[in-house]
Amino acid sequence: MKLCIKNGRVLDPASGLDKTACVNIEDGIIKSIGEAETADETIDAAGKLVLPGLIDLHVHFREPGREDQETIAGGCRIAAKSGYTSVVTMPNTNPPIDNQALVKFIKHEAEKSGLLNIFPAAAVSKGMKGEEISEMGELHTAGAVAFTDDGKPVSSSILMRRALEYSRMFDVPIMAHEEDHLLVDSGVINEGKVSASLGLRGIPNAAEEVMIARDVIIAGLSKGRLHVQHISSGGSVEIIRNAKKRGVKVTCETAPHYFSLTDEVVREKLALAKMNPPLRTEDDRIKIIEGLKDGTIDAIATDHAPHLMNEKRQEIEFAPNGIIGLETAVPLMITKLVKENGLSYNEVFAKVTCNPAKIIKIKKGEIKPGYDADIVIIDPEKKVIINDDFVASNCKNTPFMGAELFGSVECTILSGRITYKA
Amino acid sequence: MTKNALVLFESMTLKRKDLLDISSLSHDEIIYIFEAAKIFKKVFTETNKKFSFLSGRTVCMLFIEPSTRTRLSFEIAAKRLSADVISVAPSTSSLVKGESLIDTVKTLEAMKTGFIIMRHPVSLAPDFLSRNCEAHVINGGDGNHAHPTQALLDGFSVYERTGSLKGLKVAIVGDIKHSRVARSGIELFTKMGSEVVLCGPPTLLPDDFSLYGIEMTFDLDSILPKLDVVNMLRIQLERQKGSLFPSIREYNKYFSLTKDRLKKCRKDVIVMHPGPINRGIEIDDFVADCENAIIEEQVTNGIAVRMAVFSLLCGKTLEDINKEK
Repeated sequence: MKLCIKNGRVLDPASGLDKTACVNIEDGIIKSIGEAETADETIDAAGKLVLPGLIDLHVHFREPGREDQETIAGGCRIAAKSGYTSVVTMPNTNPPIDNQALVKFIKHEAEKSGLLNIFPAAAVSKGMKGEEISEMGELHTAGAVAFTDDGKPVSSSILMRRALEYSRMFDVPIMAHEEDHLLVDSGVINEGKVSASLGLRGIPNAAEEVMIARDVIIAGLSKGRLHVQHISSGGSVEIIRNAKKRGVKVTCETAPHYFSLTDEVVREKLALAKMNPPLRTEDDRIKIIEGLKDGTIDAIATDHAPHLMNEKRQEIEFAPNGIIGLETAVPLMITKLVKENGLSYNEVFAKVTCNPAKIIKIKKGEIKPGYDADIVIIDPEKKVIINDDFVASNCKNTPFMGAELFGSVECTILSGRITYKA
Repeated sequence: MTKNALVLFESMTLKRKDLLDISSLSHDEIIYIFEAAKIFKKVFTETNKKFSFLSGRTVCMLFIEPSTRTRLSFEIAAKRLSADVISVAPSTSSLVKGESLIDTVKTLEAMKTGFIIMRHPVSLAPDFLSRNCEAHVINGGDGNHAHPTQALLDGFSVYERTGSLKGLKVAIVGDIKHSRVARSGIELFTKMGSEVVLCGPPTLLPDDFSLYGIEMTFDLDSILPKLDVVNMLRIQLERQKGSLFPSIREYNKYFSLTKDRLKKCRKDVIVMHPGPINRGIEIDDFVADCENAIIEEQVTNGIAVRMAVFSLLCGKTLEDINKEK
């Protein structure tokens, strides 16, 4: 089976390639980039971007436990529609992913759907209780690519030390949700001008920053690989920039909402703008974009978190944290980073292709002969309106509802097979 | 005011469904509420007359958080306007059975409730509710966010003595951080041209208010001689457990309005307190009962102000009120 993607603007963030060319695919593998070869099927990509299939280091697909919010099969469909070919699922399901059988179950469900590669993250502690480290070796062998108790922090510093030490045996990252619970002190939104006027309890930047500072220091001590999840504050960028300079093995991700929105939108969107960590100030937003520009922030991950609308349609203090993120990711990256802030396509898309691939050590995220033919075709000038029709996800919990953005995913290809076509 | 402007003013009304906070009210609308409250106060205190404005309409008190004075005040105000008043107490409602707020309110609407007065322990609950129902929603206090009718009655209590709030120096003292009375008070007095100063220990005084250009101090004694109005907030004793202040004794030492501190104030300083008072804690007996304190007057004014809010929200004008008085 031969497939040829013709005349697109081929972008490969890993090598910096940016030219109009044809991508020839044979039996699911990229064969060459250049002149068109004879093929069984051709796709005309003239005027569009041809990129490595996107990789998301952080999604919640809710299965097992909350299949009413999202299933693995449903999540795979949404990811494909959003231009993604690989994702890392978080283990905070019910039960949590802390044994080999569950890791295999998730991979099996993804294979059954045939729409997406799932690389599960497993719990860093047994039962996600934050007490003892999980069986990392067994879990890694079953297919876990990272360890995290995401959704909550590893509050115990000695557990974090042990996890960062032990994981060196397998060279896998510990992904850390950074939050000092005592400083959060039942806060609801960012602590600042908005929380002061709305009388909502605030979560200070410090709640995130003190834990990141602790963990980069522990990472230096233990020489393990720390990956800091969903950073939201300017101070976090600074701490990680500094740690990288000192040679600490640390990487990090931010989410599209942190470079797109500020806590001001809480006034209008209420619980739809509630997530953890919370939306911060304009100053933080600018520093996050600077961190993306100078490479301090390695990856953009969505933290896709489906919640039913009736769960969000509650008093903001009672509503759960989190928003869906897959479908809005490409439009936000193109609109907010490329168009509004002048980053190049390769700079932006490195954060969702080759960089995350490197963090979880998979041979993906590049358009290069010999690589899996995971590819996405994007029309960067086509406008999308985020509305009920556009959002195919079972859950519509997004503060971007009503937004008009640039960047439409036209086609997603997984190992040479089309998994989505607009 | 020219004659034309006066006519315009006389026929003005509040063009909104809900009263959720002070920030959505304009300066003129607040004056208008004050002027309406003046008329209602006179009728309320001097006669037994009931107005007909809410006749045949149902007002529901949805108090998810307990309250005595605010609930009674709204209830008396509504009855003086001939409304039928019903109450939902949290302990007897389906909310304790896990019914969502939206569903409770849909039930109330199906019973043709025209007004919902809501008190809720979390911020922005009335805001959220108002977007999901047709009834008029009046915020009777939500979390630490807003208590607009309290701010209106505080403002009115000063306004009826001084004729204007412009240029007055108003201190709000105590637990600013956890106070909806403070937040609405700051907005109201600032909007009306007063100069607001916040005073309390740093743990109860969020720095972020300075982003709005509001003066803040930890030193009560230093500001006393300059004040026209001092509004003492109730200190919630359980805050001490969270290490927000070390002891009542030490809190008293720095922030209690005592007889000695009153001597440092101007003779005509107005002392307010939203109640209920912790005598001997934020305010001592002498001050609570002195001539400068208008604490009971505030309670009476609360009814007049709430009558004004009800009437103006349902489209009545000063003209209508004057006609019926």
